[in-house]
Amino acid sequence: MALEPAAAKREKADRPAVQVPPDKLAALALRLRDEPALAFDLLLDHTAIDWIAENRFELVYVLYSTVHGHYLMLTTSVPRETPVVPTLSAVWPIAHWQEREVYDLMGVQYDDHPDLRRLFLEDEWQGHPLRKDYKDDYMLGLPK
Amino acid sequence: MDTQEYIVNMGPQHPIAHGSLRLVLRLDGETVVEVTPAPGYVHRGIEKMCESLNYRQIIHLTDRMDYLSALMNNWLVSKTVEKAAGIAVNPRIEAIRTLMAELQRLQSHVLWWGVGGMDLGAFTPFLYGFREREIIGTLFEETIGARLTMNYIQPGGLMYDILPDFAKKVKDILAYLKRIIVEYDTLLSGNVILQERLRNIGILDPKKGIALGCTGPVIRASGVPYDLRKLEPYGTYAQAEFDVVVGTRGDCWDRYYVRIEEMRQSIRIIEQLIDNIPEGPHMVTKFGAKIKVPEGIYYGHIETARGVLGVTIVSDGKSDTPYRIHFRSPNFNNLWAVTALAPGWRIADLIAIQSSLDLVIPDIDR
Repeated sequence: MALEPAAAKREKADRPAVQVPPDKLAALALRLRDEPALAFDLLLDHTAIDWIAENRFELVYVLYSTVHGHYLMLTTSVPRETPVVPTLSAVWPIAHWQEREVYDLMGVQYDDHPDLRRLFLEDEWQGHPLRKDYKDDYMLGLPK
Repeated sequence: MDTQEYIVNMGPQHPIAHGSLRLVLRLDGETVVEVTPAPGYVHRGIEKMCESLNYRQIIHLTDRMDYLSALMNNWLVSKTVEKAAGIAVNPRIEAIRTLMAELQRLQSHVLWWGVGGMDLGAFTPFLYGFREREIIGTLFEETIGARLTMNYIQPGGLMYDILPDFAKKVKDILAYLKRIIVEYDTLLSGNVILQERLRNIGILDPKKGIALGCTGPVIRASGVPYDLRKLEPYGTYAQAEFDVVVGTRGDCWDRYYVRIEEMRQSIRIIEQLIDNIPEGPHMVTKFGAKIKVPEGIYYGHIETARGVLGVTIVSDGKSDTPYRIHFRSPNFNNLWAVTALAPGWRIADLIAIQSSLDLVIPDIDR
């Protein structure tokens, strides 16, 4: 928290978690990786949550330090209409790959991503299936 | 003579993929210039499906990700849900889970060894690997009723208790496997052709490997002792003495031999635990009881045969289904390493590199 005044604790998480505004994300990520006392060198996981009632996507980065053995959950929220964040692929190369999955299934745009294409679904697929309001003609309803 | 780069699709149907995976290769003659993986041929939308299933029903879908680590996948979801919902399981459940997970790691590694040999042109190991895999599969079948899609480890316990002669049968299998691993070494590991095809090929620098998100035997072969069984012991791993196997060079050969050694370590773990299965029930919750997870975000992970499988469970606290679930799959992340490992090597070396990553395609696509 001392590292980034705009960061706040992310409540209701089972491990240390902070949330930052999207414009502070890239700079903070770089410091989390490079500051020797933090040394978060492994981006274990990146995913997104569609909080449709609050009209936002929450992006989650699970970080681990192989030097110190500690974890951090880093989150940021973007509005559903304009879901744009900077790519972290220059900080952690694996983010390149993980962000493509999130783009494909959740429709989050990553600024300056070197190769932002669909990953699992075919190129002409319409919509992003992991969004809560996603619908297509082949979806089955839940049994009552 | 002028040469020209060209692009070739390797896959989606290619024997090395052991499933449907396409690699787009940019080639300069026989030399790989760039690799771009194009997965998605087995994408089933497991994460989307999970959003309308309760925490018990999710378990059977996890079998279908990395099917060679089905029990570890089951265990991960059960473990994370138990921690979030405050369910405490008894030592018997923990002991059986650990034993089953290690047996499956053995099963997975013998199959990897078999198909790994076949990838490099030796067909006999394929038959041998399957032979051993079937023996462990039969043991699973007796206890669980399934050989592949287990659906065995549930939140709050196990689907079925072990049979009275389980320990004896496991010991028989271990005695046999100990002999077999020596045979693996004499049949394949010492083979000059195999060594030539693996040594000094596709070297992964430890720092680079971490940045590329590699886990499991892939990163351990580069000399990083990152093994959750040791670093954050779960189950009954803390009771067993075992070594984290690491390589020194991070080439294909290290990735090969780390797995051979891990088989020996798994046997060691099982031998120490098999006689200490405490008494108790195999299920601590009522079967079929609704499990409610309090509102929040939960992350858990486990060391499968291929690396760190993680799960992020988001609950809104209103129902017995997750609001969102995401799996951090070891194969999805390890696959990305191929983009850094393959350039500069020949196509035949790419086969060795991909084989040494030990990918299970349904786990990449989910």
